[in-house]
Amino acid sequence: MIAFIIRRLLQSVAVMLVVGLIAFSLFRYVGNPVDNLVGQDTTLEERIALKEGLGLNDPFFVQFGRFVVNATQGDFGFSYRHRRPVEYLIAERMPATLELSAVAALMALLIGIPMGVYTGLRRDGVLSKVFMALSLIGVSLPTFLIGILLILLFGVVLRWLPTFGRGEVVDIGWWSTGLLTTSGIKALLMPAFTLALFQMTLIMRLVRSEMLEVLRTDYIKFARARGLSNRAINFGHALKNTLVPVITITGLQLGSIIAFAIITESVFQWPGMGLLFIQAISEVDIPVMAAYLCMIAFFFVVINLIVDLLYYAVDPRLRVDVGSRGGLG
Amino acid sequence: MDPLSLRENVSDTYVRFRDSDIYYSFRRSPLTIVAAVITVVFVGAAVFAPWVAPHHPFDLTTIDLLDAFTPPVWAEGGDSRFLLGTDDQGRDMLSTIMFGARISLGVGFASVIFAMVIGVSLGLLSGYVGGTTDSIIMRIADIQLSFPAILIALLIDGVVRGILPRDMHDEVAVYVLIFAIGVSGWVQYARTVRGSTMVEKNKEYVQAARVMGVMPWLIMLRHVLPNAMGPVLVIGTIHLAVAIITEATLSFLGVGVPPTSPSLGTLIRVGNDFLFSGEWWITVFPGIGLAVLVLAVNLLGDWLRDALNPKLR
Repeated sequence: MIAFIIRRLLQSVAVMLVVGLIAFSLFRYVGNPVDNLVGQDTTLEERIALKEGLGLNDPFFVQFGRFVVNATQGDFGFSYRHRRPVEYLIAERMPATLELSAVAALMALLIGIPMGVYTGLRRDGVLSKVFMALSLIGVSLPTFLIGILLILLFGVVLRWLPTFGRGEVVDIGWWSTGLLTTSGIKALLMPAFTLALFQMTLIMRLVRSEMLEVLRTDYIKFARARGLSNRAINFGHALKNTLVPVITITGLQLGSIIAFAIITESVFQWPGMGLLFIQAISEVDIPVMAAYLCMIAFFFVVINLIVDLLYYAVDPRLRVDVGSRGGLG
Repeated sequence: MDPLSLRENVSDTYVRFRDSDIYYSFRRSPLTIVAAVITVVFVGAAVFAPWVAPHHPFDLTTIDLLDAFTPPVWAEGGDSRFLLGTDDQGRDMLSTIMFGARISLGVGFASVIFAMVIGVSLGLLSGYVGGTTDSIIMRIADIQLSFPAILIALLIDGVVRGILPRDMHDEVAVYVLIFAIGVSGWVQYARTVRGSTMVEKNKEYVQAARVMGVMPWLIMLRHVLPNAMGPVLVIGTIHLAVAIITEATLSFLGVGVPPTSPSLGTLIRVGNDFLFSGEWWITVFPGIGLAVLVLAVNLLGDWLRDALNPKLR
């Protein structure tokens, strides 16, 4: 067990170092860090002095080491475009993205699970067929297109919901939340639904197939033989046993939700980290790109690590061949 | 070859095709037939766009700013020359969609082939050689698979844009996209091919070839690869839908194909600006086009998966 944890931890650290190396090379060799810090009228001597002062003449590994040390302390330097420390920019944007992602994940669970249960129980019902067809469309349509169509319907034609931004936000310490104002919640509805839709269909299909499988097992038959009510069987026995994979998948998908938030934020001009990242890419603002890259990689690595360790704790079969299994999903 | 035997050959192939399982399962599934027809229409419209499109939207001499913002034919103020209306510069929407599908499908096919070449080669190598090579390649695959493909494509796109000088971005945008989408999608191919290679390499015909002294790379390409190709084609079809969506998404986000030669995603991005002023058709029609295309390709992929190998589910 301990050997596995150490091995898995080392693997995570290795992934982070590789990502860090990519981010560092990007930062150091794409474009010239000095040119991006000084104005046009800086003399050559001043530039050389600045280069020496910034340690850009040090050996590669010394520079990389310094980058890693700074990065672990959240220091990614100055944004070329905003002329402010990157960590402030990201900290400012983080609440918006996390709020959006959390609400989307919750929505996906709260709508996806009941739909999955229903389609699992009434396989041939008309409504089930409708749900399945909708899920196919939900998987096929690109996220941004769903967002645009929602904007057209609820924002332009019906004029019920705002089409961009976060509405009014309330500051609680350093965290700004839109969940406490009516306009904030109204502004959240469409982006969160857009972001949730893909995960929702995923969860629905997963719950459906798990339900179909569980309902065939012996203990369900015995539960029926005992004369338990349908309700008790379906929800007390069947659904309960489908939830383990659902929770795992949702956990793994949390990272994807934050990544896909880039697209949703761009459609709805939601002032989160994803929008910051997209602007950084199109303007080649490398410190922001490097910081976002490291942060999202950290997020994924931590989630995968937790899921792997949980699996290991839950499923003894995995302990036999540890080596053959890498990061799933 | 004399014409008669050629004809016999062709009719022979036709009979074999007609009696095959694949054709049978194709004929039995109306949804698949519809999907195939839609795909063929799209590919046809895209390939022959310069000849069949009603207008040439990028020929400045034929477009007229006075035609700008014409709604579709059936709406009030529609013009019979422009079936689906015009955009902000007076370009016919139907024609721009056809030319857009050309770029979308082109980038889609090219990046699928690129991913296939990388994935199949690495998979063959990994499965056939084994050992350290195998574990290095598969470890990289594991790591890449733990991130969503679109994020990887976005990052590669961003990095390449960072390396290239800014004024070159528009010219090479299409190639950058193909590279980014291709690299983000090789893992599936590599894993599948590696699996079948490991099975095939222990079979007698491979051993026979080895005994005969055939070079390892020749064994991989000529003997092992043909037996590992079936699943690759299935993955390719499904990947095509993903690649088209990824291209559209990147273009929509503004880091893909530039508006001067727009893909469907770029068209949607451009049209999005006019959504609020009521010119919905500029963004909705390319959107519908994209959705229908992706749905059709997805359905074809699902069908092919079931038809070729029911166990692959």
